[in-house]
Amino acid sequence: MEKEEQFRYQAKIIYRLMVIVFSMVGLVTVTGIYLITDPTLSVFKKTTPESLYILTEEDEERIENGIHLRTGLIEAEGLMEVVNNCTNCHSSKLVIQNRMNKERWIATIRWMQETQNLWDLGGNEDIIVSYLVTNYPPGKKGRREILTNIEWYDLQE
Amino acid sequence: MERRDFVKKAALGVSAAIAGVHIVFADVMPKGYEPLLHQDPDPFKLFGKDKEMVVLNDKPWNIEAKAHLLDDKVTPNKYMFVRNNGLIPENIDVNSWTLTIDGESVKQKKIYTLSELKSKFKQYTYQLTLECGGNGRSEFDPPAKGNQWTVGAVSCAEWTGVRLRDVLEDAGIKDTAVYIGYHAADRHLSGDPDKEPISRGAPMRKALQDETLLAFKMNGEDIPLAHGYPLRLVAGGWPASVSGKWVNSISIRDKIHDGTKMTGTAYRVPCNPVAPGEKVKDEDMCIIESMPVKSLITYPKSGAIINKGKKLKIRGHAWAGELEVAKMEYSIDFGSTWMKCSVEKPANRLAWQHFSATVDFPKKGYYEVWARATDTRRGSQPMILPGWNPKGYLNNACHRIAVKVK
Repeated sequence: MEKEEQFRYQAKIIYRLMVIVFSMVGLVTVTGIYLITDPTLSVFKKTTPESLYILTEEDEERIENGIHLRTGLIEAEGLMEVVNNCTNCHSSKLVIQNRMNKERWIATIRWMQETQNLWDLGGNEDIIVSYLVTNYPPGKKGRREILTNIEWYDLQE
Repeated sequence: MERRDFVKKAALGVSAAIAGVHIVFADVMPKGYEPLLHQDPDPFKLFGKDKEMVVLNDKPWNIEAKAHLLDDKVTPNKYMFVRNNGLIPENIDVNSWTLTIDGESVKQKKIYTLSELKSKFKQYTYQLTLECGGNGRSEFDPPAKGNQWTVGAVSCAEWTGVRLRDVLEDAGIKDTAVYIGYHAADRHLSGDPDKEPISRGAPMRKALQDETLLAFKMNGEDIPLAHGYPLRLVAGGWPASVSGKWVNSISIRDKIHDGTKMTGTAYRVPCNPVAPGEKVKDEDMCIIESMPVKSLITYPKSGAIINKGKKLKIRGHAWAGELEVAKMEYSIDFGSTWMKCSVEKPANRLAWQHFSATVDFPKKGYYEVWARATDTRRGSQPMILPGWNPKGYLNNACHRIAVKVK
């Protein structure tokens, strides 16, 4: 009996030791992983939580110097209607390249509706067309433009 | 969850953790969707293009060269323009890729594997000029709708393949044949699987030409993915949209092919000349066939400053659709006088031709060197914009570069 009790006592000590060792290893691991992901301990500092969510929507829709960064479109009334309706199938680059008057933008929308699966724009159509003709109006080019934006360089031969 | 998926998701989590980014709903992200973080958004790396190439559109991809990038006699991939109408096909398996020849006017519908095409028919190699019908669109006034190409939607690479004629004749062409139309593996932008992004073609006389190829090599290597791997049509001298990429079927039609971008105003110009901005009915629009005569100064790059007394060597390429370039000239006084350039014979029919000249400037100042090609039927390039058309095709106005003599 005495031997059995002694064995139980020793087993208990080993068990407690094991618990302590495992908890410490666990703690070190958790702290280590945390430090790898957040070496500056930013969570404990009084910062806005945005820094942890780089890819969230608000950030993608950021506007700098009057340009909607994600699409390159000019920030003006109707921007989000254009973003939401005109950049699903094709790139915003196609919109930005083009210069049309109201009539031709509407004709282009009709063509996309008839052949390219564009939906009915409802009340947004006026907003979108007005955004496009206001912010991307056609300029006069005539029969031939002068050369512009020439990058001059010394020709070495 | 399969092991591979699990590993993928775990890797995603780890990489996100390392990048210090928390991806919301990482585990419910649709299969095949890669977050922005993991995509290679660099088209230059993606398609092996030079950094100086200009991206006009990234969905669908449309990328053009600048004049000075096209200086090579045979255009390498890195300087070749990309014109896509839809999304590039994914997961191409060359071993299971087939070409079907069908249509109202085929004697016997036939299906060929790629290796059958390569072994059964004789192979030919040609240098062929491919120019987008809308090259130069950006200059039209009133502006025309579409990608605003400047001068760089043209190339002349070396294509290797089998003659379309040999394959069509192997399947058999009925007397009723009028046109061929291609179908391809690219996908419509809307994601609608029933829609084709583009399905154009050519009349039988073009389809049966020696130089009209079903190509599987470009410049001696497999065709790059963006240019139609593993099989494409190459019909030099015609709008490049005739040269369908990723082709998996060709129909021999008993009428003019009516696929996507064959009808309406696509790749058509008014049958009769119209005033700038005039409305044109669809039935008054005619399909573009041969491209017009044109040239490009590829050396030096515009903006060169040279010392007085120094002669300037210029060079470039000229092409004329189905025809050949007979004469090449340059002017440094806005067309008042024209001087001759020397122009080489084409490597083969439908290849662009190389020209060169040595220019002498009489005094210091600002100059423009204008180049003008004339074809074998005495058609030459206009200095101002040619006839306006609703979609802004066929701008073959003279190219010019700026030069300063100090």
